[in-house]
Amino acid sequence: MLAKALAIGIGSIGPALGIGMIGAKAMEAIGRNPEAAGKILVPMLLAAAFAEAVAIYALVIAFGIK
Amino acid sequence: MQHEEAKIEHSSEKNTKEHVSEEHAIEGEVAHELETHTGSHEIKHEQTLFAEPLVHMGSFTLTNSLLNSWLVVLIVIIFSLSLKSKMKEIPRGLQNAMEAVVDMFMGVFDSVTGDREKSLRFFPLAFSFFVFILISNWMGLLPGVGSIGQVVSEHGEYVFIPYFRGGTADLNTTLALAIIGVVVSHIFGVLAIGIWNYLNKFINIKAFLEIPKKIKKDPTIIFVNPVKAFVGLIEIVGEIAKIASLSFRLFGNIFAGEVLLASMSAILAFGLPIPFMFLEVIVGLIQALIFTMLILAYLTMNTSAEEH
Repeated sequence: MLAKALAIGIGSIGPALGIGMIGAKAMEAIGRNPEAAGKILVPMLLAAAFAEAVAIYALVIAFGIK
Repeated sequence: MQHEEAKIEHSSEKNTKEHVSEEHAIEGEVAHELETHTGSHEIKHEQTLFAEPLVHMGSFTLTNSLLNSWLVVLIVIIFSLSLKSKMKEIPRGLQNAMEAVVDMFMGVFDSVTGDREKSLRFFPLAFSFFVFILISNWMGLLPGVGSIGQVVSEHGEYVFIPYFRGGTADLNTTLALAIIGVVVSHIFGVLAIGIWNYLNKFINIKAFLEIPKKIKKDPTIIFVNPVKAFVGLIEIVGEIAKIASLSFRLFGNIFAGEVLLASMSAILAFGLPIPFMFLEVIVGLIQALIFTMLILAYLTMNTSAEEH
């Protein structure tokens, strides 16, 4: 049980930081150029999904541990 | 006489009483049996990582997520056939909507491939991936999926097996999709730039052959080209990583969504799952989009000639 908790707990620190940084940079870019908000949105979502995938790997491992 | 009659009556009364109590005993026994049949064993509702088998046909097992995938294919076939039979020059209604969707996707694909002609070539494959994954993801959210099923006795305890389960919530489906995508990108690459060029992307024999040719012009090439060859070998490992990451990303997102919805419904089934359903709808769309764009990116990278 502890292994499951540790797997998902430690495994989601990195992605959480990553997604936060992506969002922060996107906000900054929108702040500089509010018209480009629509263009920035799609690459931001894409990058966020990539970062989240690493957290999902950790989650799947956590499910797999008996 | 009276004494005898009384005795007979008494005995008959006793008989009826006994008879009644015997009946009660039988009823009680039957009721007790029913109770032990369903009441004393708890029926397990569990979200398993692997899809539960429904029917065994020889050595082929029909699982509930496979059933869902077939349903999705059926839906797509019926929809596209019905659309094709009513094709008109000036589109109206559903055809108009689909043409707008196709046009929007061509724009999105253009931004990934950078070339209209390449987009046109890859569009059928990438769009099929998108439609299949999207409908598969969303089917897992419909009301009957995951709740209509049967109770089966397995290893001495009762387990609830649903008849339907989201297609992409099974690792087999996503692994198959990822393998198809990556292998097709390789095949397209070979078709586009020829097998010698393509093979040299990975096992860089050209780099070794160039050493004696260019060693006079550029002496550093004796160090650089072996490194290039080594990088080519590492790319082979990268292909395996692509398959793994594609399949796990899709599977993890959809399966975690299923588990999340089940947990939320277990806490409070009225109203609490609503924002999570919304989240799942969006996640389904985004994951389908990401899978498609990644396959398209791999296709583009593999069919473009090597440029350093």
